[in-house]
Amino acid sequence: MSDAPPPTVVPGRSALFMGYLKIGLFGFGGVAAWARRVIVEERHWLTERDYAEVLGLGQVLPGPNVGNAAVMIGRRFHGLAGALLATGGLYCAPFIILVMLCLFYDRYGQLPAVAPVMAGIAAGAAGMVIGTAFKMTGKLKLRPEAVAILLLATLGAAWLGLPLPVIVLILAPVSIALSLWRAGLLGGVPAR
Amino acid sequence: MILQVLLTFSVLSLVAIGGANAVLPEMHRQLVELHGWLDDATFSQLYALAQAAPGPNILVASVMGWRIAGAGGMAAATFGMLVPAAVLAWFVAGLMHRLRGAPWLKPAQGGLVPVAIGLILAAGITMAEAAHSHGVMPLIVVAISTLVVWRTDFSPLWVLAGGGVLGAVFLS
Repeated sequence: MSDAPPPTVVPGRSALFMGYLKIGLFGFGGVAAWARRVIVEERHWLTERDYAEVLGLGQVLPGPNVGNAAVMIGRRFHGLAGALLATGGLYCAPFIILVMLCLFYDRYGQLPAVAPVMAGIAAGAAGMVIGTAFKMTGKLKLRPEAVAILLLATLGAAWLGLPLPVIVLILAPVSIALSLWRAGLLGGVPAR
Repeated sequence: MILQVLLTFSVLSLVAIGGANAVLPEMHRQLVELHGWLDDATFSQLYALAQAAPGPNILVASVMGWRIAGAGGMAAATFGMLVPAAVLAWFVAGLMHRLRGAPWLKPAQGGLVPVAIGLILAAGITMAEAAHSHGVMPLIVVAISTLVVWRTDFSPLWVLAGGGVLGAVFLS
């Protein structure tokens, strides 16, 4: 694997919609993993860092991080039409499948007997999400203090079970301050 | 009724920092305890139903809306849950665009990155714990899948398909 990022391309409107359609359709359990895969690895719409920054912003705003990122990425490429196409693409396939599941459930009072298959897929999806977090961490070459923040967020959410808004409200300001200090914007002598 | 559903989910939309899993306790409080639209067991069942579909799990709102008030409720809940947050994201994106020359913007935004990745990792670990309830085999799938996605550029579709096949063989 080479470290030089390939040049980014601006997707056309239909490409934007189709890309997000794929993210929604394949996004079992871990839509964030598929979003990164399609946007960064497959279609090169954004660099790893650009995508991580949009996702970071999407994370601290209310709503799903990937959904917020879809609005922002769509807007960046094609304004309001882009935001609508990306958002529509993201939600349309899952929504249709959900309607069908609801109708099935209404009629038979239970879910289709696919529980074992779904449990296996869920296990695969869990690994996919964990692997994506590792991959992003490696490619972004995070500073030690950023890795510490990352682990604190994980610890707080996965082991302590703290509410996510609490984690975001505590860690985001600290992390932003550290990042500004690294950039030499808070006085002191930043390590270069 | 439909209007009430719309309003309730619009409020939920704007407090959902961290997405669907973050807002679930408040959703439960609103729908089950305050409005009495659903009972406890139904709430859990509908959550499981939503998990069975692909895509962002914020669509759990759609399923709840459907159960509360049929197709109209589904539309109102989906609209209420998605639109306010999306509109906010739109305006924040505009703000970022206007500030793009500011020297502090990139580093400040970069500060949010570790928080986002940490929460993605936490979501994966929580999913792995849930998979562990089916025994040790799913944990092996989790480990293999982690390695494949982390260290290779193969499509994750392979690990999902592999997991599904192993689940069908060993878990039924």
